[in-house]
Amino acid sequence: MRREGKRTFFYEEGAWIRSRACMAGQKESEGPLGNTFDQILEDDLLGQKSWEFAESEMLRRTVELCASKADMSSGDIGALLAGDLNAQIISAGFAARQLGVPFLGLYGACSTMTEALVVGAALVSAGYLKNAMCAASSHFCTAERQFRAPLEMGGQRPPSAQWTATASGAVLLDEAKTGGMRVTHGTVGRVIDLKIKDANHMGAAMAPAVADTICAHFEDTGRCDRDYDLIVTGDLGIIGRDLLMELLVRRGVPMDDKRLMDCGASLFSPEQDAHAGGSGCGCIASVLAGHVLSRMERGELGRMLAIGSGALLSLVSSQQGESIPSIAYAAAIERSQRA
Amino acid sequence: MNEFLICGKAFVVGGLICCVGQALLMYTRLTSARILVLFVVSGVVLTALGVYKPLVDFAGAGATVPLTGFGYSLATGAHDAVVEHGILGAFIGGVMQTAAGITAAVFFGLLNALIFRPKAK
Amino acid sequence: MNGKQMPDAKAYSEMVDRLTPKTPKVKGFLRAFWVGGLICALGQAIGALGGALGLSYQQLPMFSASVLVFLGTTLTGVGVYDKIGKYAGAGSIVPITGFANSVCAPAMEFRREGLVLGVGAKLFSIAGPVLSYGISASVIYGLIFWLTEVIG
Repeated sequence: MRREGKRTFFYEEGAWIRSRACMAGQKESEGPLGNTFDQILEDDLLGQKSWEFAESEMLRRTVELCASKADMSSGDIGALLAGDLNAQIISAGFAARQLGVPFLGLYGACSTMTEALVVGAALVSAGYLKNAMCAASSHFCTAERQFRAPLEMGGQRPPSAQWTATASGAVLLDEAKTGGMRVTHGTVGRVIDLKIKDANHMGAAMAPAVADTICAHFEDTGRCDRDYDLIVTGDLGIIGRDLLMELLVRRGVPMDDKRLMDCGASLFSPEQDAHAGGSGCGCIASVLAGHVLSRMERGELGRMLAIGSGALLSLVSSQQGESIPSIAYAAAIERSQRA
Repeated sequence: MNEFLICGKAFVVGGLICCVGQALLMYTRLTSARILVLFVVSGVVLTALGVYKPLVDFAGAGATVPLTGFGYSLATGAHDAVVEHGILGAFIGGVMQTAAGITAAVFFGLLNALIFRPKAK
Repeated sequence: MNGKQMPDAKAYSEMVDRLTPKTPKVKGFLRAFWVGGLICALGQAIGALGGALGLSYQQLPMFSASVLVFLGTTLTGVGVYDKIGKYAGAGSIVPITGFANSVCAPAMEFRREGLVLGVGAKLFSIAGPVLSYGISASVIYGLIFWLTEVIG
């Protein structure tokens, strides 16, 4: 069977993690996870003409680094599955233009990385692709000008606000058994909206979608939180993480606090003025591809569940007064004992 | 000595007007753009009602520097121009009275935008 | 599945309010007060300087407004005003220097989108609404004043 329950894929043939790469900006490098990134950007513009092209360049470099770690050139990439937060995902699209690889553009806002893993693992496991490069990026300066205020505008952020990470991550999935880590399950999310309208409170908007996907994953697979050594959420932030814990209690699937790690809540230290924590596609992408999978590779984790969540709003929808719908995708990754 | 007293009054009144804005910012989550619009229109209305002029007489820059003061200038400009020119004055006075501030904002804003680049945070 | 459903929007909104830390209020007001007050006092001092330079009494508010606008845009340009804004909140939004910041910051930000539809258009992204409603309000006041004068 290639499915479990209603909306969980089971990757029978396996989608093996062949290589991974991540990059981050200066501020991220000064945080608690600062030494887990492969490269730190020398400056936020990367010699490009705009922030958008800097983000695209960062994504391109990450993909190339990931390919080179697998001793491949970009020409060997089966397909690039990537996305970002910019309108019409221009970072990913323009990176794919430079790379000249088959490209599947995805948009799941900050859930894009796990969405790419869920889809990429399916395509590799089913034999449609020999390998799939799953990647995502975000840049503080592109997100600010698109969703919030110009950089030089003076104003205050409430404690619930989050800081878009300047970061990117890439994971190369391969049909060949390499590396010993494989994606085993993928659960597709539903768009959930509990009528949060505050664009400065993304954690609150997304927590219900994460709870829904976790519950669906457990129901479909018959697993529970104790079956995972670590459950990694994307960018709920400190407040969103608390909300998720309480939502799970209400749903009757309470989670062990020590098992849950939120990338956004872990990316910055409290002194870094990131308020509720990091956010953006690059947040879970870089932390998963770096810190978390390194831990698994070292044998500290046997099995983990990565759940990226994204807020599916746009400037237009929020100006028209709509609430913030959200989605979450879950990918189960485990370390094979035999490999 | 007198100058210090006037500056002190401007400090207190101006600070209090800013606190009204801070209350809006914290309790209503209004964006700064909306607060600016609200303050200018409030300034016009309060001046029309005769409430704002005494405050300007008392606190000087404490009442004219906040954006309500911009509304005050618009309203007094319209008022004085109507006295002088009749109905056409309603269309002349406001902008004429505030021309220096608006022009300075456009000119210096443009100049700075052409010279400087925004910095990554 | 009894009692195991997602909360409804109302229950969830209460939950969010309960778990969200509040902005420190007293500190917020104090900062807005002293920075805002200081900018106004500075405006007063600039006015006095203008008087010493021989400007007429009616010209003083315009003079200090222009000088403050110059300071506001320049501090925006060199990347200082956003830091003041982060500290002072409304204390640096409400004074006319905040208006200057709201003119300059979007114009700077969209420099790369071109001189006309980037800088030129975005210059007014916040100043536009302020001027539209402010000027319209003054026109309405002028018209009402004219009507009451003529009839009265």
